[in-house]
Amino acid sequence: MAHDVQNYNLDQKFDFNAGIKKSLLTILGIGAALLVIGIVIAMAGGGHAEEGAEATGHAFHWYERLFANVWINNVYFTGIAIVGVFFFAIQYAAQAGWSAPITRVMLSFGNWLPYAALIMIASFFLMGHNLFHWWHAELFDPNSPEYDSIIDGKGAFFFWPMEKGTFPIFYIARMVIFFGFWVFFFNKFKKIAAAEDQLGGDSHWFKMRSWSAYFLVFFAVSSSVSAWDWVMSIDTHWFSTLFGWYVFASWFVAGLSAITLLTIFLKGKGYLEMVNENHIHDLGKFVFGFSIFWTYLWFSQFLLIYYANIPEETVYFVERLSSDVYGPFIFVNIGMNFVLPFLVLMTRDAKRHGVFLKLVCTLLLVGHWVDFFLMVQPGTLGHNGGIGFMEIGMLLVYGSAVALVVLGGLAKGNLLPKNHPMLEESYHHHI
Amino acid sequence: MERDTHFILGVYEDEDVLLHAVKEVRSTGVKIHEVYSPYPVHGLEHVLGYKRSRLPIAAFLFGMLGTSLALTMQFYMMKFDWPMIIGGKDFAAFPDFIPVSFEMTVLLAAFGMVGVFMVSSNLKPWAQPRIFDVRITDDKHVMAIDIANNSSMEVEKIKEILKSSGATEVNNKSFE
Repeated sequence: MAHDVQNYNLDQKFDFNAGIKKSLLTILGIGAALLVIGIVIAMAGGGHAEEGAEATGHAFHWYERLFANVWINNVYFTGIAIVGVFFFAIQYAAQAGWSAPITRVMLSFGNWLPYAALIMIASFFLMGHNLFHWWHAELFDPNSPEYDSIIDGKGAFFFWPMEKGTFPIFYIARMVIFFGFWVFFFNKFKKIAAAEDQLGGDSHWFKMRSWSAYFLVFFAVSSSVSAWDWVMSIDTHWFSTLFGWYVFASWFVAGLSAITLLTIFLKGKGYLEMVNENHIHDLGKFVFGFSIFWTYLWFSQFLLIYYANIPEETVYFVERLSSDVYGPFIFVNIGMNFVLPFLVLMTRDAKRHGVFLKLVCTLLLVGHWVDFFLMVQPGTLGHNGGIGFMEIGMLLVYGSAVALVVLGGLAKGNLLPKNHPMLEESYHHHI
Repeated sequence: MERDTHFILGVYEDEDVLLHAVKEVRSTGVKIHEVYSPYPVHGLEHVLGYKRSRLPIAAFLFGMLGTSLALTMQFYMMKFDWPMIIGGKDFAAFPDFIPVSFEMTVLLAAFGMVGVFMVSSNLKPWAQPRIFDVRITDDKHVMAIDIANNSSMEVEKIKEILKSSGATEVNNKSFE
């Protein structure tokens, strides 16, 4: 044990070869094809056209479903990207030694952030008016029959300092600031990491720890507020005090699953030899623990609303549970994100062996996409939503695009923090 | 425990020496009764070849027992024995039962695990502890070898093996 001598290749780099690229592009192509089929079906009516007249007063258009899909994936994959950076920062703030060889794997997910920022801001300008009920000027006009005093009361949260119902400058400013700082912190981490690789010494580690602490403080606020902005404001009347945490938990589980999957993938390709089943076990424990944490938050939100039975709160669940479209997915959501991972990952062996973890992490990645689907679609599409070709296609397109960007970013830098002061400690990690 | 039991004790000063000694002694075919140390020695149970504890299985079963007891109790009380309308819900309002079921699961899993652990490690209040050497609570590691379990080997030979593996002392110990 203590006498073994390690001869690991610390200069290894991930080779993003044509084979991997080709298979990702194939998935992208399949996704795009499914998406086109989905769009064609939606344009042809999809069987819902005659039910178009909504309570909100405007007819349903096929492109609204496309918009809702873009938004689900924007929020979902932004979450995975930022959780990669967040988990990286946690390792440094907690002075964790065991995770040293996989810190760069976590950080690589941040490569999606600049793209996520551009797509999200652009799609907000293009689609926000359709997605967000609150962006309708007549809601704020006391003389209009559509006037809504509750939304009028919340208007300043979106439109301040402009007049309500005009241009949501405060909302957009928050979006820009959050993404701006997230990308800034990500680049800062990357820069310090590159300097550490070149120069060595532990001063970079201390610097990284300080910046991680700053980031965590910022993320604590921004993750919650972004959840209210991007997800909760879709159901404009409704609110839940733990919604920020709930969205964060969903992001965190999805992000952890993605990190675990990528680590196992890299190990399978022959990289990261020093990452053994003890490290995998720890990742598995994180996935297991936080999928229970997500369930705890989901259920806390549900139980209090169910028990108190206040109409303005129950509307969120009534909209979902009493709907033929979304009702079954509530149970799919619980089954995929709690019951199956809980039962499969319960034993020690399942957390230590890649096969079970691969299965559960894939399940959780799809499951948490379903979770976001359930958050976004009922409020934007009503009974015109559902999971069809368009949803699957869009998920595949986004997923493979994110994988291309993340792996591309990973291939650029060193795969291992070769001058990390705790690398030696992580070799001997044993649980 | 009625019959006389005789042990040979190897006393070790250093945990690294101990870990290698355990490997060495086991490789000669001597069966080790138990190793005592003042603090947990990392990797000791591994070199001793101990199988993983089956305690988690007991915990799971007791947890399941807790869940089913809690659910049975609540459904029976709320639906059949004394139905009450609470908050306008159904008599059998499943979501309301989950917190209690969770608590009962944790409670019985914990109690069951502690109970099973105590039974399996003979931790009853009237148990007479067998103290091999008082220094195992201070600064010495002690490897105990049951002579009855190693009847194929001569005592002198075992003592030699212990000495050559790095034991600073080799003692005899008998219990009534």
